[in-house]
Amino acid sequence: MKKYLNIIAAYSIMLVLIILVGIFQSWAIALSIFNYCMISAVMTMGANIQWGYAGLINFGIMGYTALGGLAVVLVSVAPVPEAWKVGGLNMMICVLVIVGMVFSIRYILKRIQKSKQRNYLVAAIIIIGLILLRVISGPAIENIEAVEPAKTGFLGGLGMPVLFSWIVGALLAGGLAYIIGKIALGLRADYLAIATLLIAEIVVSVIKHEDWLARGVKNVIGLKRPVPYEIDLQSTPWFINLVEKFNSGKLNLINSVTEKQDVLKQLVIDASSVYVKLCMAGLFLSVVVVLLIITQKALYSPWGRKMRAIRDNEEAASAMGKNIVKEHLLIFILGSAVVGIAGAMMVTNDGLFTPGSYRPMRYTFVIWVMVIVGGTGNNFGAILGGFVVWFLWVQAAPIALFLINLFTSYLPETNALKIHLIESAPYFRFLMIGIGLLVIMRYRPQGILPEKIIKQ
Amino acid sequence: MDFLNAFILLLNYTIIPALTYGSQLALGAIFVTLIYGVLRFANFATGDMMSFGTMFAVLLTYYFQSLGISLGVLPTALLTIPFAIVVMILYMLMIDKFVFSYYRIKKSPPVQLAMVSVGVMFVTQAIIRIIIGPFDRRFFDGEKFILKAIEFKERTGLNEGLTIKSTQLITIIVTLIVVSIMFWFLNKTKTGTSMRAYSDNEDLALLSGIDPKRVVMLTWIIAGVLATIGGVLYGLDKSYKPFVYFNNMLPIFAAAIVGGIGNPFGAFLGGYVVAFGEIFITYAYKKFFTYILPEALEPDSLIQLLSTDYKFAVSFSILVIVLLFRPSGIFKGKTL
Repeated sequence: MKKYLNIIAAYSIMLVLIILVGIFQSWAIALSIFNYCMISAVMTMGANIQWGYAGLINFGIMGYTALGGLAVVLVSVAPVPEAWKVGGLNMMICVLVIVGMVFSIRYILKRIQKSKQRNYLVAAIIIIGLILLRVISGPAIENIEAVEPAKTGFLGGLGMPVLFSWIVGALLAGGLAYIIGKIALGLRADYLAIATLLIAEIVVSVIKHEDWLARGVKNVIGLKRPVPYEIDLQSTPWFINLVEKFNSGKLNLINSVTEKQDVLKQLVIDASSVYVKLCMAGLFLSVVVVLLIITQKALYSPWGRKMRAIRDNEEAASAMGKNIVKEHLLIFILGSAVVGIAGAMMVTNDGLFTPGSYRPMRYTFVIWVMVIVGGTGNNFGAILGGFVVWFLWVQAAPIALFLINLFTSYLPETNALKIHLIESAPYFRFLMIGIGLLVIMRYRPQGILPEKIIKQ
Repeated sequence: MDFLNAFILLLNYTIIPALTYGSQLALGAIFVTLIYGVLRFANFATGDMMSFGTMFAVLLTYYFQSLGISLGVLPTALLTIPFAIVVMILYMLMIDKFVFSYYRIKKSPPVQLAMVSVGVMFVTQAIIRIIIGPFDRRFFDGEKFILKAIEFKERTGLNEGLTIKSTQLITIIVTLIVVSIMFWFLNKTKTGTSMRAYSDNEDLALLSGIDPKRVVMLTWIIAGVLATIGGVLYGLDKSYKPFVYFNNMLPIFAAAIVGGIGNPFGAFLGGYVVAFGEIFITYAYKKFFTYILPEALEPDSLIQLLSTDYKFAVSFSILVIVLLFRPSGIFKGKTL
């Protein structure tokens, strides 16, 4: 028990903070912070698998998050039959062309000795393939985007339940990680960081500008939800009864019937949004718990020990006969797949897919701060990092506003400096996160909850 | 068949913009590469440091304009660069003293320093946004064009116009001057040689009596000069917006790695490789081909390899290709 004391203490403080938000601001805000904390925790766990277990630095988290979000659109949105009619066939042929290109290049790389001719051959295949793709897809894309551009203008998805997309998101992200890993994993640590950052940027720009795929920057709104909608809840008898039962004390104080109805109506509206968020929180919590159990088991399994051995001394591990390239690729894929789940969870939670919002600042660097602050190599630490940093990220502006008002209270309301500072309060979140990161790196480089090696 | 018009067309829409953009990238890439070569880490605060220097140039420009000081046809910002450089260098030295030096003395792995630079990036970004705000700011004044398209058409009698903005010429000239002074300093002076020696082999350099503190300080000073000038030139040519500077870090990294990281000359050329790649691949060649091909063969599509939306993606693809086939960059990297 004593071993887990600091973990329990840290988590209780975090929980108390969120409850305080619930009491002082509102329960809906507290729950939405909690949900986002959990999404961040899943992302952080993914990054922690790569960085904490294996020492791989991956700045491409943004790309996997975006792919996870794309998966939600591709899986859950109903297909657009008109678009399929005008361009579906050509797009399918394009997929076949790409598959053909990949296989022919693989065949050439395997069969022909390394030489100049081989390079020319590969280049020729790529160029011919690209021209073919353009010729085939060009008119099809135009037709697809012309189908009701204000509403659809894309192929749509498969129309399947949205929860299924969390798995597809993991698969897509894992697939991307396989390709990136094949290209970039041989690089030195900081090269790898830059390369993954730039490749993620390419992925996001493709999602942004290929309108036929997911409407690009025109966004997809009104995505399906795995939980009931507020409006449906507000007219369901059992829910209204439940709210009435919960607030019976408050309602009994009111005498007039019409007033009572009005108060109840308002209570039901508030309660429905809290209820929906609670359902989401339950779903997210189960994902976090399942992932935590799996990662914890993996960390203390022979496989986890092997990963740590590779991380701590690559040469020695290699001398012991461990296949470092293979293991690195595997862990890169696993970590990215977890990030992909988080991306899908986030889009499901928001109910909309906005490719324009994927920026490296928010989806790569903040996540990395979470990993470092929480504790590298410790899953409990990773989750805690996600909670702490996200909480700071959201609450930084109110805290900053409070501090500014405190320190400038002797200044008059019209003071230019005071007005300027109050206007720039939202930017203090960067300052807090940055200083937090620098302080942690300096005085507690292993993070709030450091890695624990259990000796067996 | 009209080769002269075709050439002017290319010059106007691709070559001159690419040269300008390339110069701006080149200055940033040399900054990245210097830090990497001497201090041995990838500096993720690059874009925001450039933005920090530019911010002071912008603020000083506004101040000078209110005082009525100007350079006539040249933009006032050129006058403010020296002051901005001083502030920038002070800021960099302060960060080095309070943040980076601790890890350098401890001989931390480069990855840790890179993560620390992410922290510096956050802090710098916050300071910039608190001081000047996140909005778009134009601070260019003076004569806007050196050569206008209409004048050019009248004088030469060609169909195609050639426009040269004064910022474009200023960018290219200033870059060439700064870069040649820097190469002269690195290659011909004793202090420059000591810097190169330190970058090449730290222990040997220490043995032969080179003062590491001095080398580090010099590196930050040169970096401050490059960052500020690069940032101001970019801001003059486009406009000053903190977020854009953060984004520019990515093609700058691409340029530094393409040229071979740690190699200033490589970084210089890498900037142009990335810029020309971006612009040549996303330019629509339809008009160009209508000039050089006989009428029967005139194209009816845009003849554009990739749409301009993918501008950034092109430079990153160049990087990926280089990393795949020549991981050390086009010009062998990792010595100064």
